[in-house]
Amino acid sequence: MTELVFFINQVVISGAVLGCIYALGAVGITLIFGILRFAHFAHSELMTSGAFFAFLLAALFASWGVVTPIPLGFVVLPIAMVMSAILALGIDKGFYAPLRKRGAKPVILLIASIGVTLMVQGLIRLFFGAGSWSFFETETKEIFRIDTSAIGSTRPLVITEPQLLMIVVTIISVLALHFFLTRSRLGKAMRAMADNADLAQVSGINTALVVRVTWIVAGALACMAGTMLALDVTLKPDLAFNIIIPIFAAAIVGGLGQAYGAIAGGLLIGFAESLAVFNWTMVLRPLNAILPEWMQLPATLALVPTEYKLTVAFVILVVVLLVRPTGIFKGASS
Amino acid sequence: MIRRSLTLFAGLFVLILVIGWFMGLPFTSSRLVEAAAYSLIALGLNIQWGYGGLFNFGIMGFLMLGGFAVTFMSYPVNPAFWDSDGPWMLGRALIAFAAGALLVIGARKSDRLGIRGGWKTFVTVLAWFVAYCIYRSQLDPAAAYIEANAGFVGGLGAHPVVGWLFGGVLAAVIAFIVGKIALGLRTDYLAIATIGISEIIRALIKNMDWLTRGTLTVSPIPWPTPLPQDYQAGGSDMVSSLLLARGGFLLLALAVLGIAIWLISRAYAGPWGRMMRAIRDNHIASASMGKNVTARQLEIFVFGSVLMGIGGAMLVSFTQIFDPSSYQPINHTFLIWVMIIVGGAGNNWGAVFGAVLIWLVWVVSEPLAKVIFDFASTWSTHIGWGAIPDIESRSAQMRVFVLGLVITIALRFAPKGLIPEVVRRDA
Repeated sequence: MTELVFFINQVVISGAVLGCIYALGAVGITLIFGILRFAHFAHSELMTSGAFFAFLLAALFASWGVVTPIPLGFVVLPIAMVMSAILALGIDKGFYAPLRKRGAKPVILLIASIGVTLMVQGLIRLFFGAGSWSFFETETKEIFRIDTSAIGSTRPLVITEPQLLMIVVTIISVLALHFFLTRSRLGKAMRAMADNADLAQVSGINTALVVRVTWIVAGALACMAGTMLALDVTLKPDLAFNIIIPIFAAAIVGGLGQAYGAIAGGLLIGFAESLAVFNWTMVLRPLNAILPEWMQLPATLALVPTEYKLTVAFVILVVVLLVRPTGIFKGASS
Repeated sequence: MIRRSLTLFAGLFVLILVIGWFMGLPFTSSRLVEAAAYSLIALGLNIQWGYGGLFNFGIMGFLMLGGFAVTFMSYPVNPAFWDSDGPWMLGRALIAFAAGALLVIGARKSDRLGIRGGWKTFVTVLAWFVAYCIYRSQLDPAAAYIEANAGFVGGLGAHPVVGWLFGGVLAAVIAFIVGKIALGLRTDYLAIATIGISEIIRALIKNMDWLTRGTLTVSPIPWPTPLPQDYQAGGSDMVSSLLLARGGFLLLALAVLGIAIWLISRAYAGPWGRMMRAIRDNHIASASMGKNVTARQLEIFVFGSVLMGIGGAMLVSFTQIFDPSSYQPINHTFLIWVMIIVGGAGNNWGAVFGAVLIWLVWVVSEPLAKVIFDFASTWSTHIGWGAIPDIESRSAQMRVFVLGLVITIALRFAPKGLIPEVVRRDA
């Protein structure tokens, strides 16, 4: 049973954590693609700046002497999400809306979003330097060690408090998003516009409002993903810039424009990454007793070496683009 | 149009003189050599995006391939590797690779044996997996052996110019494979796919320590022209030997650049260039006129990548060090895109102008930001707010912001670039 617990620690928990972050980021990208029809690269910077908003707020609250049972980063998350949504609206108004008004091609908007990426990243580095920051300077990161000796394991099940909260928060926000998209008037309008923008407009949907709501939802979710990633690891200026391609991979695997597909794609990529670098010898070691001398398992038996972990997402991306460019949920065609 | 270009180039010349005045000749001369290499890379992107409308965001990968190629070709031979069992073990890994490739090709053709539908997919996936296992089982011990006994493979000791050419060839081969698999995709998918592929190339080159020495870096890589030390040995003083050596390298780089511009300008003006522009502007119409759109796009993707490979090789030769971890998407992909957008896509002189201008802006914005910060710092100290901390590291980050600002302003106010493409309308 020790092997099973080890497998859960190494693959299930880390895969779920990574998958949640990818899923939240990919939902925003896929919504923007569905409504505005361009690949929004600056999403990574929305995530990073959201994390920095949360970090500043948490530091502010801590300086006021606020003590909460859960990490402060989660307490200030709603305020940071509002700030990120405003930032997203501002970026759209300042940089993308003028280009859209001119009738620029989606490709030009993509390049503009890269410009925005560079600007926001430059600003963040200007103010915070290139070093890394931690949410847990003053608080302690609680680590739960669940004793599993009842099922005959010698190792405990290990999960940290932020990881547990992260999974709970993601489930709640995905459910909320589901009800928003299927039950509310605005959510239905968004889906209609993603399906056919012209038809939505002639049937009386306020497309300008839908665009604004899309940016608000995408900005808030990006802030959530960025903050939770920063709570799990550390906060640095290139926090989300490094994982933007895996997030795009998640959105494409799920089918660009499909919100549920993005969640499935995110979890798929997250689990695939942790499964690919998993050392199978740790689980299969009992087999050594029955295997003959010449077939003993090597010390490490992973599908790919650990340093290629991020590459797994790129390989999945390329394979999906070749084999099924519309993604598993039939998104926008290539 | 001609007058506008001449004015802009004259302005650029004045800018170079001003930078030379403030930053000194050694700084300016090495920036100019780099600018020549970047011009070549920008011309490569100009072929792909300006002539052919292809969205390549994987420039970093091709620059790394060029850098690796020149390192491998021109670095001195490593006898510790050639005298050991390393070559033999690598040969076995190569045979394993070939066997795996045969297996995969066989699986793809398995429908001739009557294996169809889901079974064929299963057989193909299985073949890929088995091939991967065979290759890894041979390569891993070879890599570990070489790293333990010889450090890394070393070079071949050829002339650096041969290395530049090899960089072009290597980039062409990889571009052919990448183009084969990715060029059928629509623009934004192609952008994301090429970024993904360039990240795969980066991960491979960075982690294949037995071949590239990875993060340990390889240096010094020889120059194609005499080094400053050679002139110094000949009796010249410090400054003049530095300038002579860099001048020699610059002349060689300019010669390569001149040949490239001459060739691609001729291609642009000829029937081939007209066909390319037709495909870029309306690929459906050109396909209906009997042009093989896929093959032509693959062709132009390969041509552009060759220039990128050569340019990347030149950069590595000049800095004399190959450091895979110094390659970043911002410095090596997005920077080139800014050059093309600002200079003018589809116009070779625009690409060269953009490359030189943006490269100078990129390298000058750091010292300039430092001056501004120093000024602001003394001012804020003066009124009692205290000095600005960490000016050094902050001003280093300024150039990323400046780059983003330049690209957004250019897209908003000069979407066709400073020297736009000349559209000739013959009657």
